[in-house]
Amino acid sequence: MKNDLMFDRRDFLKTGAAGGAALVIGFYLPVNGLARDEQEEKSVNPFNAWVRIGQDDRVTLILAKSEMGQGVMTALPMILADELELDWKNVKVEQAPTNPAIYDHGTGGSTSVRTSWLPLRRAGAAARTMLIAAAANEWNVNPNTCKAAHGAVIHGARERTLRYGELVEAASKLPVPNLNTVVLKNSDNFSLVGHDTPRVDTPEKVDGTAIFGIDARPPGLLYAVVERCPVFGGKVAKFDAAKAKAVPGVREVLAIDRVGPGAFTEGGVAVVADSSWAAMQGRRALAVDWDFGPHAKDSSESLRNQMLALAAKPGSVVRNDGDADAALAAASKKIEAAYELPFQPHATMEPMNCTVHVRPDGAEAWVPTQTPQWALDVIATISGLKKESIQVHTTLMGGGFGRRAQADFVAEAAQVSKALGKPVMVLWTREDDMQHDFYRPASYHRMWGALDSAGNLAAWKHFQTSTSISAMWGPPGGKPENGEFGTAAFIPYQTPNYRLEYALAQSGVPRAWWRSVENSSVALVVESFVDELAAAAGKDPVEFRLQLIGSARKIPDFTSPNGAPQDTARLKNVLTLAASKAGWGKPLPKSVGRGIAAYFCFDSYAAVVAEVAASKDVLRVNRVVYAVDVGRVVNPQGVKAQLESALVYGLSAALKGAITIDRGRVEQGNFNDYDVPRINEMPVTEVHLVESTESPTGIGEPGLPVVAPAVCNAIFAATGKRLRLLPIRAGDLA
Amino acid sequence: MAVQFVLNGKSTTVDVSPDMPLLWVLRDTLGLTGTKFGCGMALCGACTVHIDGEATRSCVTPISEVAGKRVTTIEGLSKDSSHPVQRAWIAEDVPQCGYCQPGQIMSAAALLAKTPHPTDAQIDEAMSGNICRCGTYQRIRKAIHRAAGASAGAARPAA
Repeated sequence: MKNDLMFDRRDFLKTGAAGGAALVIGFYLPVNGLARDEQEEKSVNPFNAWVRIGQDDRVTLILAKSEMGQGVMTALPMILADELELDWKNVKVEQAPTNPAIYDHGTGGSTSVRTSWLPLRRAGAAARTMLIAAAANEWNVNPNTCKAAHGAVIHGARERTLRYGELVEAASKLPVPNLNTVVLKNSDNFSLVGHDTPRVDTPEKVDGTAIFGIDARPPGLLYAVVERCPVFGGKVAKFDAAKAKAVPGVREVLAIDRVGPGAFTEGGVAVVADSSWAAMQGRRALAVDWDFGPHAKDSSESLRNQMLALAAKPGSVVRNDGDADAALAAASKKIEAAYELPFQPHATMEPMNCTVHVRPDGAEAWVPTQTPQWALDVIATISGLKKESIQVHTTLMGGGFGRRAQADFVAEAAQVSKALGKPVMVLWTREDDMQHDFYRPASYHRMWGALDSAGNLAAWKHFQTSTSISAMWGPPGGKPENGEFGTAAFIPYQTPNYRLEYALAQSGVPRAWWRSVENSSVALVVESFVDELAAAAGKDPVEFRLQLIGSARKIPDFTSPNGAPQDTARLKNVLTLAASKAGWGKPLPKSVGRGIAAYFCFDSYAAVVAEVAASKDVLRVNRVVYAVDVGRVVNPQGVKAQLESALVYGLSAALKGAITIDRGRVEQGNFNDYDVPRINEMPVTEVHLVESTESPTGIGEPGLPVVAPAVCNAIFAATGKRLRLLPIRAGDLA
Repeated sequence: MAVQFVLNGKSTTVDVSPDMPLLWVLRDTLGLTGTKFGCGMALCGACTVHIDGEATRSCVTPISEVAGKRVTTIEGLSKDSSHPVQRAWIAEDVPQCGYCQPGQIMSAAALLAKTPHPTDAQIDEAMSGNICRCGTYQRIRKAIHRAAGASAGAARPAA
């Protein structure tokens, strides 16, 4: 399976932080399902880890993944409850305590359902088996004559029943069956999986009682904001806290050191107060002199110039089939194009925050995090406390999108709390959040394509340069072509002459995982360029893609030996399904065009058709039709919601805001200069899910990469203009 | 400075700096965390409450301006999510991360109180100040129409 989060096995990076202390990062995301099967299934008693059954038949199921809106708090318990034969109306869901010995906590890479599917089924089956065994013992019958249904065990012959509540005490003391061989339920009998299920967290999100990280209120809580150098890589030269300390409510002002690599904080000056407002007012009164450091002259323009210079030379070769340069030189018909994508922020609705209370004997933290196991490590390292004495509560979070997989906001809170010995929330304002993000990398791509006389693809050459994530996070001397820069080579379009090169662009701007990671850029480039080739060949964009994809086959994952192959039959299926449902080929009003894109990522297949009204006076996405194959669907309405979600996130990057750098700092600060889509811009959206009995695959991200290219292709269809620099503005069509 | 106002039907007095925005009085002074912070500049709508029935961004409303007024937050919209907007939100399973939803619900409730059967254009106008990064807009629109339909009877004026 695809490794989209850099580490495809347990990787620990030990490195010296400021002051000489070693900062250990444990960052294990089980993105690789096959790797999981190779390991021993963590053998835990399901009644300790996953299921609590009350005497009254109320059942609490434990959720080990982070709920950030993607719906895992509903989908994962559905899997467990179905296998365990529970009545869903009796089910309550609780967040797991942070305990990496038992749980695989890390949430991201669209992995939760696909990597929890088997483990949760096994845990549920084990618990069911133990409950049946307990009943069989009670009745002194063969367990084979008993079955489980609706939270009870029934003995067929005599119709005796024992409720789970009556059995759980005895059941939990029985030996745990071998999780690798426990018998799973027949999927024909799923009663929850595959059925629309309302989210379990909807009620609390509608009445205001849902607790997000920013809502943590342990007794005695102090609030802090941190003044960080506006220029990346800069540091405090000196500061004057006198006026800040005089602001009513301000309690303390202290410098905090930079932490990293890993947590990668910038350090700065923390203003601590008895309210969020007082802390913010205190920070306004702070006087700080900065040592701006080596990046004070960086700008989007200087970065672009660097990328253009890199693109004018050959890069490191990632893949080379045949001889693309020769084929291009000899081609009767060839085209060239260059695409540019800017930095993008995550812009979660809830700004970053973390609450930590470091005491002499232990610590407690409330963290809106996708990686509670990493938060635990960071708090342990900074506080010097043993992990066993630290409780990390994973809260709900107002959006994640990869931003909350970081630990910078955790480290800062741990530092301030440790200094004061009090519970402290470090709260980020929108400006802090916008200007101190780990951005989706900026990139520049040069493409060359050649057609032969039959209109086949004679050559495809792709040069890519970006401010890569690998350069910031990967081990030194690592091979970014095995992840980030290799993804473009995992291309379904066949040609005898294919070449992919890359060059690393240098930048002081922090980068990391943003919803769909490098797929957001690769799909834009590949799905736009294949569309340009279709136009050059005089062929319909759908027909051309089908022709180039060719026969049904499974393409090995270019980036990883353990990755799932790309099944061209499933790709062609979503391509033709989206086209058909969108009425591809039917007439459209003047100045309205249709564009299509299809793409494989996170083991899922997504295609989208966008209908866009485009002219010098208007740019509006009117209608969007998705066709998606994510294997077996656990919660259909949840999957649809994720596509609606990825659409808006993708439209944001395609048509609205971008991050630009000037004088080493982010120019944007709030939603006035980083605009995002609002309700009046939302297209009518239809979603078609392919029915499948394959194992579930990812859904949090696959809907995003296809959005920008479909829109760009639609704009071309409407106007004849190719737009290759994102985000696109109406003025680009003048 | 002591400021007295009516909060969710109860008389409330706070003694804070007069320029402290209502948002932070609610969240930090009074511990009502249902109203959310998203931008601090009235650009995102997460902080929306009702002041004397009007949808208002509490992040830019100093507490001094609230003296003597009636404030309703998400916690006070209904006792048990029985407000037609909340019922519709549940029926349409609107939220994803949920962070923007209190503000969305408060804006929608204010819209429907004034315009019981809004057109899509009226929904656009009333709701475009509320950002959702999770993309629940399609369901928000559907839920508003649903809530409008549900209160069709109640909306008719007395004969």
